[in-house]
Amino acid sequence: MLKDVTIGQFFPGNSIIHRLDPRFKIVITLIFIVMLFMGSRFACLAIGALYTFLAIMLSGIPFKMFLKSVKPLLPFLIITALINLFLVGTGDVLWSWRFLKITTGGVNLSVFMLARIVLLIMGSSLLTYTTSPITLTDAIERLLSPLKKLRFPVHELAMMMSIALRFIPTLIEETDKIISAQKARGAEIDSGSFTTRAKNLVSILVPLFVSSFRRADELATAMECRCYNGGEGRTRLRQLRSARKDYIALAVTVFFLAGVIAADKLLPF
Amino acid sequence: MSILKTEELTYTYSVGTPFEKTAVDHVSLEINEGEMIGVMGHTGSGKSTLIQHFNGLLRPTSGRVLLDGRDIWEDKDKLRDVRFQVGLVFQYPEYQIFEETVFRDIAFGPKNMGLDEAEIKRRVLETANDIGLSEELLERSPFDLSGGQKRRVAIAGVMAMEPKVLILDEPTAGLDPAGRDKILSHIRAYHERTKNTILIVSHSMEDIATFADRILVMNNAKLFCFDETKKVFARADEISQIGLDVPQITRVFMELKKRGIAQDKEVYTVGYAKELLLKMLGRREGS
Amino acid sequence: MSNIIEIRDLHFSYDTESEKPAEVLKGIDLDIAEGEFVAVLGHNGSGKSTLAKHINAILIPTSGKVLVDGIDTADEGRLFELRQRAGMVFQNPDNQIVSSIVEEDVAFGLENLGVQYEEMRQRVDDALRAVNMYEYRLHSPSQLSGGQKQRVAIAGIIAMRPKCIILDEPTAMLDPQGRKEVLAAVHMLNREHGITIILITHYMDEAAQCGRVVVMDKGRVVLDDKPERVFSQVDTLKKIRLDVPQVTELAWELKKAGCDISPEIISEEECVEALVRLLGVRS
Repeated sequence: MLKDVTIGQFFPGNSIIHRLDPRFKIVITLIFIVMLFMGSRFACLAIGALYTFLAIMLSGIPFKMFLKSVKPLLPFLIITALINLFLVGTGDVLWSWRFLKITTGGVNLSVFMLARIVLLIMGSSLLTYTTSPITLTDAIERLLSPLKKLRFPVHELAMMMSIALRFIPTLIEETDKIISAQKARGAEIDSGSFTTRAKNLVSILVPLFVSSFRRADELATAMECRCYNGGEGRTRLRQLRSARKDYIALAVTVFFLAGVIAADKLLPF
Repeated sequence: MSILKTEELTYTYSVGTPFEKTAVDHVSLEINEGEMIGVMGHTGSGKSTLIQHFNGLLRPTSGRVLLDGRDIWEDKDKLRDVRFQVGLVFQYPEYQIFEETVFRDIAFGPKNMGLDEAEIKRRVLETANDIGLSEELLERSPFDLSGGQKRRVAIAGVMAMEPKVLILDEPTAGLDPAGRDKILSHIRAYHERTKNTILIVSHSMEDIATFADRILVMNNAKLFCFDETKKVFARADEISQIGLDVPQITRVFMELKKRGIAQDKEVYTVGYAKELLLKMLGRREGS
Repeated sequence: MSNIIEIRDLHFSYDTESEKPAEVLKGIDLDIAEGEFVAVLGHNGSGKSTLAKHINAILIPTSGKVLVDGIDTADEGRLFELRQRAGMVFQNPDNQIVSSIVEEDVAFGLENLGVQYEEMRQRVDDALRAVNMYEYRLHSPSQLSGGQKQRVAIAGIIAMRPKCIILDEPTAMLDPQGRKEVLAAVHMLNREHGITIILITHYMDEAAQCGRVVVMDKGRVVLDDKPERVFSQVDTLKKIRLDVPQVTELAWELKKAGCDISPEIISEEECVEALVRLLGVRS
């Protein structure tokens, strides 16, 4: 059952989006977010939507996966929309009942905000869908490397992150095994009263902690034996090289951003 | 009399996905009360999936598992009782230890059964004795014990539920020869006392030869054979063809038979081989 | 041939807060020549793993000396140089793989040493090919079997071009198939690349295939010889609770019963030949 949990939601592939330099992808995603928040007109949002759908098409990942990415946030989206709908009081009144009223301004804003957030989620999902977690970690480490001068432990954090990624599948498998073993001893995990379940949780957590400490200890020894000595003077097998396509992608994104700003300033609606 | 029975047991993983895989394929078998059974098969043969059906940890995709003649999935509320009657010890079971003292860890299963204090105590003491854990160890923290001792604590934790059927998945994995012999002899002692049915999964046919009445061999999700130990060893060449390790001594006698020198090929212990050879040499031991 | 490892009167005790420190190694003298394949056999607690940990300075002698390729393991300034020359593979295949991608894990040691990209790429590919794992280079370790993971760990060591590899019970957690794969890889490295191998194990069948067997018990070396000579000491081995290959035990039992057979037999072929000779003479 635990094995079915997907982490990072990475869809391997070989599309142009997959092949972009991950550092550029992160920067581009940031520009994309700015793009969505720059304009306050529907036209601006339309440009943002065009950009998002173009990128999604290029990635070759089925569109329904992006709808799926929105699903967990649906309750949050509905609440935001309702708040906007009822609390904004500008424009013509369309409907009212006692103290509640809906105005054209409210409708506009709630649709606008909803569309903006949905685009935001879909666009950022594209980053995690097309970049493996380990590549992402690596790119973040390199983007943040100037912070090393300020004694910010960039390398250490990235190493911790990548070890965590490495051991997540191992620990999931181990948890599964421990649950089965305790079930075989009659522990009630999915049924029984709250107190017995809480007590039985201990029978799973203690072994999991004990084994994680042992793993951490052995891993540390193994890393030392392979001459690990922190980030100083390390070279990398994974080479991140920016190519023409990365600059083109960046240029296209900046172009869209300019379009959004222009639309916001110049268009009448 | 049969205690555990499967009828056309089939189990398929991830049905309806590209990863769909049948791990157990129409397996029908019958295990009798009081038997000692060795289970063999290479990794991925389906043996681990098969044994997890015996105590209801996995539910068959099709087919049935019968305990004492009753389908264990007939009444889902009774499933927990099934787990008390069919005890399963996983590979590297020491990882399941969590209590503060050895006594309390062994008592975890019996406590879950809802037994009273006196009965729990009796069971813990008896199984600790069977498995060779001295009484002064019982009040120690299990985490301070040696690897072999921890393994025995974990096994005792399942034995103390006094299951009618005890299944052990590679109980000697990773142990040195002394630790291995100790565990196997303690399991035998437990069998002597309780006369309960025991299934042991092992990669070592040499070990299995020392205790098994019958051997069950799985291959490619199917039951390859399930027969008396001697008869299974007589098929040693087929068994080594499906990638399992046959004892060295058996391989020597297979070769001797091929050369027309020896007749027997179901030779699997050094003692038997020696007697056989001495007889062939026309001598008696010690003369 | 020169000695790659020289151990002189090595004593080691763990620091314990309780009364007296427990001495785990009680005076070990051992020379290992370059290119040798040595098995260190002993039951749990015999001190064999503690000895292994001294060879690449995970542990430092309480007294005595350990020299690896001329480097004193107590010399902290040369630690990385030492660990590059003597690599170590551990028992649990999972707990020594650092990266989520096979080839990056193999590169880990080289990255730490600051090897430049072109050279690193070459060495990683060579190492993966040497253990037959090249086609898995982009896999995640969690998709691999135990034997495959262990071969990845070995590749990570050989990429550092060591003179010597110490394997601390590398097959204890593997199934028979995985054991075969790992042993085949290790034998190949010794044969074709001349790498000195020290294999810590409690499987006598693994030791039987080595050039030399060192048997440890209670912190001392009790036997040190060619495998056929070591295993023919059936009495000694049984006393310290170790296994003997079945064929050796058979030959030894037959000899005890008065048959004309040498107990220095460790392989099936030797046993078959000896029995044919024995039966041929008598019948």
